Amino acid sequence: MPESAKNPGTSPAFDRLYSFHGGLKLAGHREITEAAAITDAGIPPLLILPLLQHIGEPAECLVEKGDYVFKGQPVARPVGKVSAPVHASSSGTVIAVEPRPISHPSGLQAMCVIIETDGKDQWQEPGKAGLDYTAMDPDVLCAHIREAGIVGLGGAGFPTPVKLAGARNNIDLLLINGAECEPYISCDSRLLQERAEEVIGGTRILQHIVAANTCIIAIENHMTGAGQALQAALDADKETGIRLVRVPDIYPTGGERQLIKVLTNREVPSLGLPMDVGVICQNVGTAAAIYNSVTRNQPLLSRIVTVTGCGITDPGNLETLIGTPASHLVKACGGYTSHVERLLVGGPMMGHTVTTDSVPAIKTTNCILAVTHEEMPPPSAELACIRCGKCTAACPADLLPQQLYWYARSGNYDAAQDYDLFDCIECGCCAYVCPSHIPLVQYYRHAKTEIWSLEKQKKASDIARQRHEAHQARLERIKQERAQRQARKKQALSKDAGKDAKKAAIEAALERVKQKKQEAGVTPKNIDNLTPEQQGLIDAADKRRQGKTTD
Amino acid sequence: MEFKTYSSPHLPVAESVPVMMQRVLLALIPGIGCSFWIFGWGVLINILIAALTAIVAEAGMLMLRKRAVKPVLLDGSALLTGVLLALAIPPLAPWWILVIGSLFAIVIAKQLYGGLGYNPFNPAMAGYVVLLISFPLELTLWSPAGESLALGETLTLVFTGQLPPGLTLDAITMATPMDTIKTRLGLSETLSEISGSPLFGSFAGTGWEWINVCYLVGGLWLLQQKVIQWQIPAGMLGGLFLIALVFHVFNPDAYSPPLFHLFSGAAMICAFFIATDPVSASTTPLGRIYYGAGIGLLIYIIRTWGGYPEGVAFAVLLMNMAAPTIDHYTRPTVYGHGD
Repeated sequence: MPESAKNPGTSPAFDRLYSFHGGLKLAGHREITEAAAITDAGIPPLLILPLLQHIGEPAECLVEKGDYVFKGQPVARPVGKVSAPVHASSSGTVIAVEPRPISHPSGLQAMCVIIETDGKDQWQEPGKAGLDYTAMDPDVLCAHIREAGIVGLGGAGFPTPVKLAGARNNIDLLLINGAECEPYISCDSRLLQERAEEVIGGTRILQHIVAANTCIIAIENHMTGAGQALQAALDADKETGIRLVRVPDIYPTGGERQLIKVLTNREVPSLGLPMDVGVICQNVGTAAAIYNSVTRNQPLLSRIVTVTGCGITDPGNLETLIGTPASHLVKACGGYTSHVERLLVGGPMMGHTVTTDSVPAIKTTNCILAVTHEEMPPPSAELACIRCGKCTAACPADLLPQQLYWYARSGNYDAAQDYDLFDCIECGCCAYVCPSHIPLVQYYRHAKTEIWSLEKQKKASDIARQRHEAHQARLERIKQERAQRQARKKQALSKDAGKDAKKAAIEAALERVKQKKQEAGVTPKNIDNLTPEQQGLIDAADKRRQGKTTD
Repeated sequence: MEFKTYSSPHLPVAESVPVMMQRVLLALIPGIGCSFWIFGWGVLINILIAALTAIVAEAGMLMLRKRAVKPVLLDGSALLTGVLLALAIPPLAPWWILVIGSLFAIVIAKQLYGGLGYNPFNPAMAGYVVLLISFPLELTLWSPAGESLALGETLTLVFTGQLPPGLTLDAITMATPMDTIKTRLGLSETLSEISGSPLFGSFAGTGWEWINVCYLVGGLWLLQQKVIQWQIPAGMLGGLFLIALVFHVFNPDAYSPPLFHLFSGAAMICAFFIATDPVSASTTPLGRIYYGAGIGLLIYIIRTWGGYPEGVAFAVLLMNMAAPTIDHYTRPTVYGHGD
């Protein structure tokens, strides 16, 4: 933790900007969408709600086929701490709970709740009063944000309340990230242009929770309209204490770690969190979502999605219900133009392709990008690496991408990890500048996956080995116990034999005594003056004894 | 609708190896032009022979290795190797010198190691050193600056070894300024005495100084085009300048001034075109400064105390050997790993 975080009195001014290593100046491709107002995408006929729209545990489904759900009703509840609920973003009937294609780089299907909407958009309890956050305890507010299903809308989808809980009273800078650095995407820019007060409101709620000394909303220089709107809104309310900072248009400034470096010159430790350097970072969209959720007392049901690319007839930004299929959004933008070759979810640097437009927009979907062959031709043939070092110069994490490529390619995963493979943020800068057209990020992703699976295998084999060892130990113990038991038995047996010997010895002794008695003619004493009864008893006893000895 | 899947990033890549090689070749043009102006047709004949040999050798080796020929030939790296080698060879050297040098550069130093990207040594310099060691005489056939032969005479000399009528080899060749300095310093002359000779121009060897200026211009253009990065040229020229300065200040009569070193021999072409060969150089930003500085120091050491008047090729090859070690010790601090 930096000094300033420990001593709230001496908060740094954050007046000057710093820079991170590398990065790229990229053409924006945002002109059309950044100028057009946000429109409503409407209610799609089908809503597809994946149970996992965040980092962490998938939510647990609460509904089944045939159930009627109201708008805002939870259809899945969080499991564990790092998780988030999922809400029906409109009313309708659950027609299935089944795996569906989702926007994931793996292209795998995932469990989704599918709702056939009825177009009524009915709330269960319409007209709920908004909450006054100023009177609320931060813990209660955090609980509300969790129930509202709010996760980081900037892309990663980390559950917001988890981040907030960790950062409370622990930081000196609340950083609201509006630095939209990937080309084509303009949803944050439009949000700030049209709804700056929502972002500011959400920021004040966050401030109420985390109580940071300084609060900054950062945007990129190119976002002129957003900057003006935000400045105007901040000027209108001087009480906020929120500062607007414009940062250079260098991709990937919008990355959390890079933005923190630019504003504070602090580096988030490799395995650490922004909190470790006294910063909490939230996306502008998340701030607006928190504001709407608190002031209207409703869960997160929609977000703004940029729908753009040469393959879209009428590109724009759409207010989109969570779960709306991409096909519906494309239709709302006039449909596809010419032959669309690839459909991306996210931006052109870090987004991933999907094979079908039936995938839904989820909480983290900021952009649907339909591109033509001419706009983004297929990658040309990969040539040999000439070690030119352009990748090293471009890497915002200050890695040696070409060494990593070398090790990843040769399967030398230990060396790759030694060269800090896992500090790679997969921003794509290296591959973008590679004159040999090597798909570097693909190599790193493959190596990471391999290492994870090797670790998983190792863990599994460790467990198997432990179980095997435990099994062996148990067998050994049983064997030993049996052996001990047998030994004891044997001993016991030999003891019995000893007893017999003693018995025999005693009997032999008794025998000898008897013989001696008979030989010596010993007669019983006290037999004078016996009463007849006594005599009778003695006779009987003698008789008994006689009988016994003769047996 | 079924869409195609690709890996990120999706933005089309801006750079390509063939374009980089083309730019390097373009940047050589001023220097080649100046050499032609000073040394005549031999320069162009050399380039032609070496480039042709290099391309044929590359194609042959690729076929033997059962690799695709066309994309590799089009990357321009073999052509560049041939041109760089040719520029190091005296303009009146016989044709087979260039053929042997180019063959060694491409076949042994490049393709046998696996082709572009895998060669540990700079192919052109490896080829040059083989020639320098095997055929020392032929590598001294430099004509005096500004007194070149006609095209026909040059062709005859290069391909048949026949001298123009009435001329001897001694009449048409002359020791280079660097060679002269070395020899005459060895005869206990002082630098001020030596530099009075017409072999010396404004700040370095006559003719050579302008060739170096031209390579400097081409190199600066490469920097501006971001084909090369500043570390290696800066390290090399800086290293050479500093050590030359120290000795020159210490004894101006026995040690040439730093400017002379920077603009003599192959200093500038080395700084911007040879040492910057990325494949055989160090790759870390800091490592490249050390790598360049090492070449600069070695050039000075070989020029001043070594057995050869010029030390560029040996310096580059020696530092090629050191590159992996330099890289190992100069890894940048990764984000989030600092103190």
